[in-house]
Amino acid sequence: MARPEGELPAAGQGTDLSGFDEMHHAGACRAPYAMIRDWLEDLPPDLLRRKHEEAELLFRRVGVTFAVYAEGGNPERTIPFDIIPRVLDADEWMFLERGLRQRVRALNAFLVDIYQGREILRAGRIPEALILMNAGFRPEMQDFMPVHGAYTHIAGIDIVRLGPREFCVLEDNCRVPSGASYMLENREATMRLFPGLLGRHRVASVSHYPEDLLDTLRSVAPPHCPGEPTVALLTPGAFNSAYYEHSFLADEMGVEIVEGADLFIEDNIVFMRTTEGPRRIDVLYRRVDDDFLDPLTFRPDSTLGVPGLFGAYRAGNVALANAVGAGIADDKSVYPYVPEMIRFYLGEAPLLANVPTFDCGRAEDLAYVLAHLDALVVKEARGSGGYGMLIGPQASRAERDVFAARLRACPGDYIAQPTLALSTCPTYVESGIAPRHVDLRPFVLVGKEIRIVPGGLTRVALREGSLVVNSSQGGGTKDTWVLDA
Amino acid sequence: MLSRTADSLFWLARYIERAENVARILTVGHRMASLAYSLGDAGNEWHSTLRAAGCEDGFFGKYEIVEAEAVIAYMVFDADNPSSVFSCLETARRNARAVRTALTVDMWEALNQTWMRLRDLDPAAIIAHGLIDFLDWVKERSLLFNGAYANTMLRNDAFFFTRLGTFLERADSTARLLDVKYHVLLPRDEEVGGALDYYQWQAILRSVSALRSYHWIYHDRLQPWLIAELLLLRPEMPRSLRACMEQIARHLDLLADAYGGKRGECHRLSGEMYARLRFGRIEDIFQSGLHEFLVAFLDQTARLGGEISRLYLM
Amino acid sequence: MRLRVRHETSYHYDAPVMAMSQLLRLAPRSHDGQRVLSWQVRAVPGRPLPFFIDGFGNIVHCHAINHPHRAVTILVAGEVETAAMDGVVRGTAEPLPPPFFLRETKLTAAGPAIVDFARGIGGDASALTVLHALMRAVGERVAYRPGTTDAATAAAEALTRGAGVCQDHAHIFIAAARARGIPARYVGGYLWTGMAPEHDQASHAWAEAFVPDLGWVGFDPSNGVCPTEAYIRTSVGLDYLAAAPARGIRRGDAAETLAVTVAVTPGDQ
Repeated sequence: MARPEGELPAAGQGTDLSGFDEMHHAGACRAPYAMIRDWLEDLPPDLLRRKHEEAELLFRRVGVTFAVYAEGGNPERTIPFDIIPRVLDADEWMFLERGLRQRVRALNAFLVDIYQGREILRAGRIPEALILMNAGFRPEMQDFMPVHGAYTHIAGIDIVRLGPREFCVLEDNCRVPSGASYMLENREATMRLFPGLLGRHRVASVSHYPEDLLDTLRSVAPPHCPGEPTVALLTPGAFNSAYYEHSFLADEMGVEIVEGADLFIEDNIVFMRTTEGPRRIDVLYRRVDDDFLDPLTFRPDSTLGVPGLFGAYRAGNVALANAVGAGIADDKSVYPYVPEMIRFYLGEAPLLANVPTFDCGRAEDLAYVLAHLDALVVKEARGSGGYGMLIGPQASRAERDVFAARLRACPGDYIAQPTLALSTCPTYVESGIAPRHVDLRPFVLVGKEIRIVPGGLTRVALREGSLVVNSSQGGGTKDTWVLDA
Repeated sequence: MLSRTADSLFWLARYIERAENVARILTVGHRMASLAYSLGDAGNEWHSTLRAAGCEDGFFGKYEIVEAEAVIAYMVFDADNPSSVFSCLETARRNARAVRTALTVDMWEALNQTWMRLRDLDPAAIIAHGLIDFLDWVKERSLLFNGAYANTMLRNDAFFFTRLGTFLERADSTARLLDVKYHVLLPRDEEVGGALDYYQWQAILRSVSALRSYHWIYHDRLQPWLIAELLLLRPEMPRSLRACMEQIARHLDLLADAYGGKRGECHRLSGEMYARLRFGRIEDIFQSGLHEFLVAFLDQTARLGGEISRLYLM
Repeated sequence: MRLRVRHETSYHYDAPVMAMSQLLRLAPRSHDGQRVLSWQVRAVPGRPLPFFIDGFGNIVHCHAINHPHRAVTILVAGEVETAAMDGVVRGTAEPLPPPFFLRETKLTAAGPAIVDFARGIGGDASALTVLHALMRAVGERVAYRPGTTDAATAAAEALTRGAGVCQDHAHIFIAAARARGIPARYVGGYLWTGMAPEHDQASHAWAEAFVPDLGWVGFDPSNGVCPTEAYIRTSVGLDYLAAAPARGIRRGDAAETLAVTVAVTPGDQ
């Protein structure tokens, strides 16, 4: 079997980690940022500082919070919002959107296949054991076909930019990606802080995201569901780190936000307890992980789920979004094969590049990784949140040694990638305005059709030189503008 | 709406109301204790304060002697006391957070700002020189929240459940307060009570912000049976048992209307309780025993809460 | 032969239970050597229960009671025509490919003790010979002694204790087979023991292993035989947890009294 080839554009490699500057390139201001430049130049000197403080207050007051478990501090802190928008022009977005649609179609085709006939394994395009032995592959889902073949109804695809025309997918999030509420709140904040700024520019709207989401969820209702489908959002509860987002989205969609204890199953049908008696639910936008959905099928100790939910699901009486078992598609050890999925299922050449990835479970890859730890980023194959991560060029000798030991102990748990110089955007910092590294998470909605609101969530590493944009690691967010053509 | 949402709104309103009532009772207790100090009966006042707030059992599980510091610590800050001002506000906010989408922005902000301020407060500093200011602040925050929901919530089931929480807690609190002090309201031989009696009567009225209302209604000096009538039977008095029960019965009716006429035991019971207050006479209540009346009322209030919960909140 | 099954499970509680929910894998499917003539899984009193087919191809009945109750009774009854197949399992749905059954689970984690145990068995002989030897070795090493283990006991622990029930035998067999690179899985079902009816050993568990050229083959380490026409297969899975005949949860603080009667008897010819 051929190893997945590296598809990295040359621009990102090497030891220079300063990254592509999205505003200033080749000594000039790039066109999409022209009005941002004018605006910044015209601003009275202390206005930015005041607006920055105002933004902080705004987010705290509205209660946009994100809890970070690993930190002992305030469980309800806000994610810093950077007041300077990030801008993409219409061409850039069009290219991204095409690539995203293609990628997410392939990911869903893969999920349908992997839980049915597994043609891609038979064809030898992905090693069989990589899938079958992977905890992300859920035997419970075998032979189950979700409506419209949609497994990942809401996909968050993390994109990094390496050059003027070079975009790469860093990772796919096919299970329960979060962040859409920040995308919406960020736009709201820009409108409140700088009324008029958006009006002067032709920026594509993102505010229809909740409507699109609701349409998408309704479109995957079980075929024999009576009348207009009833949608509800299932949350682990108010103490979940993303609870703010759950309540925000439920509110914007006008659906109930329910916890496991609000639901019960009777005759394999899901009901919620209401003040008027039981009410049937047809579609659950669940923000609870697979493991916790149903103690009778998954973790027996889960109290977040609904006993018997999975039976109702398999019996076709309720739709779950995202589908159970979608995690096999965003597993980091499966990631290198996504371009292969695009070729296999769609017969197309991948539009968005992958980052070349070393699978430390392979002996020759492990040897290479250990020999080049100072140049690579090492990640857990099944982690998220940026904790179990080593950024070789920025790590100390001791940190690298610690990771080398972990790699030798459990090589299969890790992958490695070249350190990418993420692009930078002007960002408000203590000393004024300075470039900081960013990525982008657009949200792809998959139901009867695929929809993507223009832009997504831009995450920014606020520390100078930092390449880690995760909010749990001191990252912030920015409003993301896509300019109309 | 979700039963859990209704339940949270109901308890959110109850706990805000309870925080306010505990603050009121403490304010008056503090005042009475300082007056009583000169009469050598401060300990007794603090004891009454504990009883009025329903904190007596919990307190004696932790302390042996009733002293100002211990009572204040227990009723204001103690996380182990579910009715301490801190616990009430914390519980209220937790309920609010669980049903964020059912709240209006104004309700949420009123609660959230209260909570954020609360986290930054230093108990030692409050006890040292700001207890009364702090209790006033709690009252203000409760009034703000009540105003926010009265003025911004849609008049639908969510509002009705919130209302039920407020008035059920208020009825309970007024009845409890009266029961703790019922002995000073009983008719006795002397024409005029002593100074301490007078202060006690004043204190009861102050606890429910009714001192001025009393004068408006009765144009008379304080008479214990009139005070009892005011707090039990007068419809004009917003914290009287009658006024609370009227609101409860009314909002249960509104819920039944909203839900296609479905009624339960809570409707019957609230109707019965309201009728008794509406048509009752204070002479008869004294005749058959004020204390007995209040104990029965408190018992019915608890049952009513259970019945509301059974019909709607589970 | 024709086998009739009547399996009644009653739960009684000393205080009302608010709600309960369970999944039952107690219904056989037809395949070579096993033809289901009639079968029902129902609550008493109550209608036949709704069901779904799980990822392993098992029929799973769903039972839920959402109001306070003090007793529950489940009745499983039916008739199956079986034939001797020397343990070979054919004509099953097989939604998952054999290599999947190499996956380790908590209950079947090999660990050094089992790897060691597995290594010593059968030498370089063919898979089939190794599996037969393994079946005998598990029966010899681990005595049948109810009460020493429970539903959560993992294979390695049962092996160390040297005692257990059919579930433990199956888990050890599975873990050892997988350690030898042979796909293996857990099977739940009924067994006609020839003994007096209403013997609780009529509810049984054993294992299946994948042998090239033969396909899936059953092994019953508890009895040291490959399943005969006395066996009825009702569920398969990676381990007990996945193939559990009953998996339930209830809300309410009550002590439970469980009464089970299982009768497997030869039916009318």
